[in-house]
Amino acid sequence: MALDSKIPEGPLADKWTNHKNKINLVNPANKRNIDVIVVGTGLAGGSAAATLAELGYNVKAFCFQDSPRRAHSIAAQGGINAAKNYQGDGDSTYRLFYDTVKGGDYRSREANVYRLAEVSTNIIDQCVAQGVPFAREYGGLLDNRSFGGVLVSRTFYAAGQTGQQLLLGAYSAMNRQIGRGKIKMYNRHEMLDVVIVDGKARGIIARDLVSGKIERHSAHAVVLGTGGYGNVFYLSTNAMGSNVTAAWKAHKRGAFFANPCYTQIHPTCIPVSGDHQSKLTLMSESLRNDGRIWVPKNMEDAEAIRAGKLKPTKIAEEDRDYYLERRYPAFGNLVPRDVASRAAKERCDAGYGVNATGEAVYLDFADAFMRYGREQALVKGLDVNDDVLVKKLGQEVVRTKYGNLFQMYEKIVDENPYETPMMIYPAVHYTMGGVWVDYNLMTTIPGCYAIGEANFSDHGANRLGASALMQGLADGYFVLPYTIGDYLADDIRTGPIPTDTKEFDEAEKSVRDNIDHLINNKGKHPVDYFHKRLGKIMWNKCGMSRNAEDLKSAIDEIAELRAEFWKDVMIPGSADEYNEELAKAGRVADFLELGELFAKDALQREESAGGHFREEYQTPEGEAKRRKEFQYVSAWEYKGEPKDAVLHKEELVYENIEVKERSYK
Amino acid sequence: MNLTLKIWRQKNANDKGKMVDYKINDVSPDMSFLEMLDVLNSGLILKGEEPVAFDHDCREGICGSCSLYINGEAHGPDRGVTTCQLHMRKFKDGDTIYIEPFRATAFPVIKDLIVDRSAFDRIQNAGGFISVNTSGNTIDANAIPINKHDADDAFSAATCIGCGACVASCKNSSAMLFVGAKVSQYALLPQGRVEAVDRVKNMVAQMDLEGFGNCTNTGACEVECPKGISLENIARMNREYLFANIKD
Repeated sequence: MALDSKIPEGPLADKWTNHKNKINLVNPANKRNIDVIVVGTGLAGGSAAATLAELGYNVKAFCFQDSPRRAHSIAAQGGINAAKNYQGDGDSTYRLFYDTVKGGDYRSREANVYRLAEVSTNIIDQCVAQGVPFAREYGGLLDNRSFGGVLVSRTFYAAGQTGQQLLLGAYSAMNRQIGRGKIKMYNRHEMLDVVIVDGKARGIIARDLVSGKIERHSAHAVVLGTGGYGNVFYLSTNAMGSNVTAAWKAHKRGAFFANPCYTQIHPTCIPVSGDHQSKLTLMSESLRNDGRIWVPKNMEDAEAIRAGKLKPTKIAEEDRDYYLERRYPAFGNLVPRDVASRAAKERCDAGYGVNATGEAVYLDFADAFMRYGREQALVKGLDVNDDVLVKKLGQEVVRTKYGNLFQMYEKIVDENPYETPMMIYPAVHYTMGGVWVDYNLMTTIPGCYAIGEANFSDHGANRLGASALMQGLADGYFVLPYTIGDYLADDIRTGPIPTDTKEFDEAEKSVRDNIDHLINNKGKHPVDYFHKRLGKIMWNKCGMSRNAEDLKSAIDEIAELRAEFWKDVMIPGSADEYNEELAKAGRVADFLELGELFAKDALQREESAGGHFREEYQTPEGEAKRRKEFQYVSAWEYKGEPKDAVLHKEELVYENIEVKERSYK
Repeated sequence: MNLTLKIWRQKNANDKGKMVDYKINDVSPDMSFLEMLDVLNSGLILKGEEPVAFDHDCREGICGSCSLYINGEAHGPDRGVTTCQLHMRKFKDGDTIYIEPFRATAFPVIKDLIVDRSAFDRIQNAGGFISVNTSGNTIDANAIPINKHDADDAFSAATCIGCGACVASCKNSSAMLFVGAKVSQYALLPQGRVEAVDRVKNMVAQMDLEGFGNCTNTGACEVECPKGISLENIARMNREYLFANIKD
């Protein structure tokens, strides 16, 4: 099967408009006869469900949490990009497009990214109309800040809780439609399979997590807004329940999985503290607007700090190595995430890491306190030479910008980041890879769509900060609701899809067999035992830097671990009750398959690009080395075992942007 | 440190439920409270017993899933945090810790420490929104300047995570801090004023229907709220409600 990305003809800037003008529409009366299932209620799923319902479709929305408001988009901190150019600093649709393609290391689709940049401004207008309380300046207008990999201020934010505010906006739009009966909401439900009838996605099998009941739900189309698969690493900034199951089940039913190895390791997370740790916590990239990253210049100082004999505040300015400012003077602390993460690892591997484990660097706000404090002192007519006063004033400014993040840090680490620099280290955060989709966001299964982090389309090999929220809402509010109409236009006479068919029987049986096997296995080890081991393999061999030898052994080890899991996993309780261990087991079973495909993809991609760094392919300065012959999307077709997956290539063509070395120096 | 845990166990909504004692040893002060429960649970599973069920997801204090009533306080002894951000360093070796679900008539127990908070969703369905369709043709986001103080207050109200600690802490099981926060967020913004009258009436009616109690101004909700949502929001809701009814 040849991949058809269905990119419209015509000049880049006109593609989306022309496409919208040409695709089929469904008239309002007919929309009432069409059902759409949306799985996941984060920014992508929530905004899609609300918009589809506003348009008149009958929407059934599913989330595994107890309320749609709890999807993990809620935890996004820093902000959302939009090419509004409110700051007059030269921003434009083209520049946002350019930054995103370059940031993605020239591994994303031009047409998709341009559309994303184009609708970005609508998102801000829409959210403000919904009552999303973005940060404002004293004049009453919206404030902006900067994020990594760009030279303009285009990021809109709501303190360090932007994801929360945007998700609550989408949730409020959903609430309006739930109240009107246009969305039927299924909380605490997990999708366990997609049902294919005559080659089209026509429904799902879901499990009610409270009663354990297996349910059949039919629709004319199925939309997956189920997020990323970072939890394949066990420790990540994802929520405990974030999983790949919906996407993976779709993959097993025929949806190609694209670029699984493109993973974002975020540079600024709270370091691991011990074996009991269940998850990692992000400190927003927005902190790099004001925080400076450093390690000691001298090995003796680093050793003394690790031994607890020296405090960072005692190290003189000239004995600090602000290594990002040193290596990348043009972008400094605001280099993209992949670059910042590798640079931190490089310093720590060289022996300059700072906490007891040696795996941490400092993020220091001392300069920002003084800079903001002086400004405040001037505004308020106070003494600018009073350092104590100036520092205090500056700390207040920082508190309004990032207060919740500083509080979160203090609660977890038990140190006051206003007095001593934060310690940070990279952690798994986001997955650029995902279900392959065409320009219409449809997967290789007709009628099955993937949106937001669940798809692969817009971020290439590395996502820029504040772009995930943009993509989730762009897909859900402004892209999918149009493109899905083109497909559904053929379904106006289909009528309701029955669930008492052999296809639903077969899908339900396979779900039941899987659950029965798990629950009756009575092995030796709980689910987490396997998940933690999978995470260790992934982090050590498929993490921030990778090589062929490690990847080969990872493939074998994951396959062995998977066999062991099915033989030895132990799940308490029964299948017909609330049973979190059972739900977790199903998710880890899928991670154990995805993990192997991930390693296989990383091994096959013999180049370094964005978040995928192969040690064999680097420049003499240690920067990532892309290779022209890998300028394609790897889309994997399921053929039984992950090792048998078949590679399909979608060549990436750059007509509007010159592919060159990605430099932030 | 070594601890004694007294945990509410209830098999399902119909079960009567009871407190059960557990011993747990070698707890690290750097663990979060939920990580301590993870350790307890993996021990229970290995012994062939059922693990303790509790709601949790983001484990960074923002999703609002976790909902434990610890030693008589929603989210435990620390201030300004959810249960997932509570760390064991707040406890001492030898302590006995009581762990119960968030209790309220409107929050029936599903299992062990998990309660059903869908009443909150239904209140939001009744009016927790601004009626605007997704068109891409709304007015420019900067067309209406909004006073920064109002915008900041609206934001503070909007930071509510919907965990239900306010209800669990209130002797009347009142949800007025939760509802007041949502009403306030929109009441403070010009785009929310248009349907302010209907909103407050519909949300309050649904709140009453769900079986939440009234507010008697003890302020317990504000103290226990992990996000520091202010009582001012209840006052503002009362003003909005009064105004809405006078207008009729």
